[in-house]
Amino acid sequence: MGSGSILEARNINKYFTEPVLFHVLKDINFSVKNGEFVSIMGKSGCGKSTLLYILSTMDTDYEGELFFKGERISGKAAEALARFRNEHIGFVFQFHYLLSEFTVLENVMLPAKKLGIKSLEEIRHDAMDKLKLLHIDDQANKLASRISGGQKQRVAIARALINDPAIIMGDEPTGNLDSHNAQNVLNIFKDLVQKRDLSLLIVTHDSDFAAQTDRIIEMGDGNIISQ
Amino acid sequence: MINWRVIFSISKTHLLSRIKQTSIAALGVTFGIGTFIILVSFMTGLNGLLDGLILDRTPHVHIYNEIKPSEKQPIDLYTKVKDAFTTIASIKPKFVQAKIHNALPLMEELNTNPNVKGAIPQLNAQIFYISGSIELGGNLVGIDILEEVRLFNFEQYIVEGSPQALKNNDNGILIGAGVAKKMSLHVGNTVQISTVRGDLFPLKIVGIYQSGLAEIDNIQSFVNLKTVQRILGKPQNYITDINVKLFDIEEAVPMSKRIEEQFKLTAVDIKTANAQFETGTSIRNLITYAVSITLLIVAGFGIYNILNMLIYEKMNDIAILKATGFSGRDVKYIFIVQAILIGIVGGILGLIIGYSISVLIDSLPFETEALPTIKTYPVNYNIWYYVIGISFAMVSTFLAGYLPARKAQKIDPVEIIRGQ
Repeated sequence: MGSGSILEARNINKYFTEPVLFHVLKDINFSVKNGEFVSIMGKSGCGKSTLLYILSTMDTDYEGELFFKGERISGKAAEALARFRNEHIGFVFQFHYLLSEFTVLENVMLPAKKLGIKSLEEIRHDAMDKLKLLHIDDQANKLASRISGGQKQRVAIARALINDPAIIMGDEPTGNLDSHNAQNVLNIFKDLVQKRDLSLLIVTHDSDFAAQTDRIIEMGDGNIISQ
Repeated sequence: MINWRVIFSISKTHLLSRIKQTSIAALGVTFGIGTFIILVSFMTGLNGLLDGLILDRTPHVHIYNEIKPSEKQPIDLYTKVKDAFTTIASIKPKFVQAKIHNALPLMEELNTNPNVKGAIPQLNAQIFYISGSIELGGNLVGIDILEEVRLFNFEQYIVEGSPQALKNNDNGILIGAGVAKKMSLHVGNTVQISTVRGDLFPLKIVGIYQSGLAEIDNIQSFVNLKTVQRILGKPQNYITDINVKLFDIEEAVPMSKRIEEQFKLTAVDIKTANAQFETGTSIRNLITYAVSITLLIVAGFGIYNILNMLIYEKMNDIAILKATGFSGRDVKYIFIVQAILIGIVGGILGLIIGYSISVLIDSLPFETEALPTIKTYPVNYNIWYYVIGISFAMVSTFLAGYLPARKAQKIDPVEIIRGQ
């Protein structure tokens, strides 16, 4: 709730109605500060991914309120939320989720093209910068389907960064990578937090990964156990 | 805010990366539109030809004196039996002269009417063609040849010789093709004709007339108006028929009614004379459009199917687009644009193929006794059919793309991402 709070959740409740009524998130309250690297841990089914999708604004079917830099974003129209995600949130998923028919460079450029603020040349330049930052600029013109898993995840991070978001969210971004690549991704994240004043909110199973973050939020059975 | 350039470039990449499916979808449209163009061009070409066959040479209003009984018999004028039931046995037609009374002033009057393209005289006479001892019954029509050419495309039916040759020869005759064949006559020969009264006249054949309707070609020949008047021994105002051509065919019915009332003559309009003709034309058009629309609907289902499959394949892409900030509407437009692109490319290709095959059909030989001046199949290259074709391609592909695109719009990205 402090002045440096970038994302704040108040009294989030979520129910699944299928197959039976299930109270999946129970009165969740927490916030992420500016430049903080937060990980969410918990067993499978404890609701941590569900929480992340609510925080990401993709899931709007919940009770409670969500604030971004003090502005309420719960209850906004789908169009406005899409625009909001585009501008302020970067995503990295467990599976790489690149558009396989586009080149690496095009994948990174796409969210910026959608935002439509910069010219195509500027976007291209920015995208190359992000790829350089992640040391995969040599793959820029390959099709996204033609590069390795570790490379794909780095491209996904570059894409998350393209619009210079305030926060990056990840759903087990290292879950599908070997330990070498996982460490690589973690180092990149840490680097970003330090150098760019980004906030990170990462859902993970990996306690080694979580141990290296600023703060661990532990969840169990729809409640926050410790934070 | 919709960024069309991004949407367009994503659509293009989707289409080009699966060029086989795209081509098949586009070919469906091409086939539909191409067939529509071919069918409609050929059908309307044929319609135009058949219309021309009858309508071009048929006067819009034909004025003559008809032999018929008086509508009011003397008994009807007898007031003492007004309320009685009367029967008259053996009614005879009223005697009227064959010629139109005051024909020349009447024609002048008609020609000053702004609706009238031209009113021209004809003189019909019963004659015999004499060949040795054989007499063939026939019909000699005196005409103003150059006016006939101007108003009724008469030159199309002169298979040998020319209209000018008749104009220049007072004793010339354009003989019916059937008559010429029966009597082995050729251009340059002389034919003897005899009037009903028995007077013999030699006429020089300056051309051969073939209407395509055997019953006419076997009996009818044409000469200058003056020639018939001379043969019959009648003065220059002796005219049996007046043929009127109007600028607007729709005026024919009121015009003929007015002439009948005003001049006490029989006037037959083209609609009454050829009622069955319009029916044929409209039914042919109906068939053409029904077949074409069926083809386009089939093509539309093809596109629907392919886009539907594409959306199932692209679930992950749709989820990631939505996660990175593309709204449902953006995603919908991405797929609608794909459908419309398929429609435009397929449609334009269809127009090109339709046009090419129409040109091919146009060059195929089509020779028939009935249509002496037609050498190839008739094709109508009306630009409107091409406009209709491309519009229909766009509309049908839009509709076929709209439903799958709406499905894509509604896909919940969370479900897709969680489902992995």
